[in-house]
Amino acid sequence: MTQSAISIKNLGKRYTIGRQKTSDDGMRHVLEEVIRHPISWIKSRRSRRLKDVEFWALRDVSLEIKQGEVVGIIGRNGAGKSTLLKILSRITVPTLGRICIDGRTASLLEVGTGFHQELTGRENIYLNGAILGMSRAEIARRFDEIVEFSEIEEFLDTPVKRYSSGMYVRLAFAVAAHLEPEILIVDEVLAVGDAAFQKKCLGKMGEVAQGGRTVLFVSHNVDAVRALCQRAILFDEGKIQADGDVESVVEDYLARSSIGSGLQLRGEQGLVIEKLALKNGEGQETHQFCPGEDLIVEITYNSPNRIELPYFMIVVEGAHGKCFTANMLLDGMRPDVLEGAGRISCRFGSIPLLPQRYSISLSIREKANQSKIWACKDAISFTVQSDLKNYGYEGEYLTYASRSTSVVIPYVWELPDGKLRPVGLTITPKNSH
Amino acid sequence: MPQLIIEAGRAERQYWRDLWRYRELFYFLAWRDLLVRYKQTFIGVSWSLIRPLLTMAVLTFVFGKLGRMPSGGVPYPLLVFSGMLPWQFFSTAIAETGNSLVSNSALISKVYFPRLIIAGSSVITSLVDLFITGVFLVVLMLWYRYVPPTTILLLPLFVLLAIVASLAFGIWIAALMVEYRDFRFIVPFIVQFGLYLSPVGFQSAIVPSRYQLLYSINPMVGIIDGFRWCIFGTRSKIFPLALAVCVLEVVAVLITGIVYFRKTERTFADVI
Repeated sequence: MTQSAISIKNLGKRYTIGRQKTSDDGMRHVLEEVIRHPISWIKSRRSRRLKDVEFWALRDVSLEIKQGEVVGIIGRNGAGKSTLLKILSRITVPTLGRICIDGRTASLLEVGTGFHQELTGRENIYLNGAILGMSRAEIARRFDEIVEFSEIEEFLDTPVKRYSSGMYVRLAFAVAAHLEPEILIVDEVLAVGDAAFQKKCLGKMGEVAQGGRTVLFVSHNVDAVRALCQRAILFDEGKIQADGDVESVVEDYLARSSIGSGLQLRGEQGLVIEKLALKNGEGQETHQFCPGEDLIVEITYNSPNRIELPYFMIVVEGAHGKCFTANMLLDGMRPDVLEGAGRISCRFGSIPLLPQRYSISLSIREKANQSKIWACKDAISFTVQSDLKNYGYEGEYLTYASRSTSVVIPYVWELPDGKLRPVGLTITPKNSH
Repeated sequence: MPQLIIEAGRAERQYWRDLWRYRELFYFLAWRDLLVRYKQTFIGVSWSLIRPLLTMAVLTFVFGKLGRMPSGGVPYPLLVFSGMLPWQFFSTAIAETGNSLVSNSALISKVYFPRLIIAGSSVITSLVDLFITGVFLVVLMLWYRYVPPTTILLLPLFVLLAIVASLAFGIWIAALMVEYRDFRFIVPFIVQFGLYLSPVGFQSAIVPSRYQLLYSINPMVGIIDGFRWCIFGTRSKIFPLALAVCVLEVVAVLITGIVYFRKTERTFADVI
């Protein structure tokens, strides 16, 4: 278990961008240069390269992954995650550094790579398998399993161009899922397909991981990373920002993606918001809440000038849009004056939110012409997390609550037999965390 | 499973072993191209016969009937068709190989395998066409009641030479095409002019002997003459010097092609 599967030392990858734009390397240009100044062209080849705009997609990355580890790689778009996977998959070469990989590797950077539209499902299974590195004998042996997993049996001899996108993805994942590598590298492939199939795919990947194989998994889906991995690595600007236990790294990632505490934004009239904090009902600062808990937004400000009768507006926004707001323009109450250092807070009682990620926008407007004195969208964010089973929910798709709406209020089903079924988050949690 | 080491600025040591390991992919890609080729066409495989047949008819008319070129006692259509065989193979092979990397760019940017496999498998597709037209040559010989001499047994050697030549030029074009799409326009020109610059519609013997060496710079001269010599024996002349030039040229182009391909291959995924 302690043997390393992948060891990366000082890895760097540089891209030169803007080459196509200037057509510096276009053939006409090259030919022209060669004909006009043959000698100086040869001499200048090296220096000409330097003019290109350089961009380091990865910089000084060192990493050790042990055999049997399941590692999640997270980070914003353009953080270098995919570049790392491309280098590990040998699609592109590193500019600097050294990698040592121990074991048969299979990478899945895209679902359905090499599928041919004109070929039938059966033919594509063989073709795709070969492209992913399986031998003909191996594919033949696993053929039935693949077909069964993909649930497309009756369309096996139909060209894939006639498939629905769901069928296409199912077939493609099925082939890839039956690779049996010692090291599996997976990039964002779960972003496609319907919920039920995604669940199946996650299950299959979990199986691979439990089989003692090494898995490297890139995803934007923080929940999937949490569910699958023990260890996570956070990338930003081509560097490793955090590496360790999945919970703490994911927490770090979520905190980083909001500006959060310690913000020093200066608005008009010199107003400074020194701190924006979220607290739970007990008054503890946190970024994690349970459904039905109280949420306190606390604003610490410093106003060098005298601001009379300002309006405050707080908006809580989820993945599906705005959820609720506290708006002094509606309330009809406001502080008389902001002067010097001070604090204002707003307590939202028992938030009716489903497990998801939320962000808070804050704006402060002037009394007279209602122009903004201070505004920040997504100023701070928090997650609502909990096992909904503790709230009396019993459906099969609880893990996909995040794809439902954000807000849920109590409701009652009246069933055909006259039974009443009340549902709601207000039920006291048995053991909230 | 041995360790894999990826190091900046170092050529991969495992390349040639990988090429062997992925040999089945070579077969699968060729198989895919063949399967796809005539899907949703009405007359299917017949297309690989109709093209050379029509070309043969036109060239026989232009060079044989209008131009009254000598044929060395061989039926003119047979003469033309024996030249068409290697030419058609070579021209489609370099065109397909040349385009192969660009048209498979989705694969190149998402999966690793030695890229030479893509280029190589494209030659196979054209090779199948060569066999189909080859069968038709036999039909044509029966029609003219022509019995070939024993030199026909050497034909596989020249087929091999034609394959190597297509691969050599093909991988050069393929690698260049990745960065310079200009070749998308250049290749059809080569194919178009090559038909007339190579001895397809006529015998290379009609070229004045002082230009013979210059003429044999075109590698297809040696190959087509070789084909004809195998099929017609002494009735078709072969110039040993031209053949030597051809072989040397093909080997040189192949070696430099592989070197260039390997050098640029590392950045294909970034450039394509």
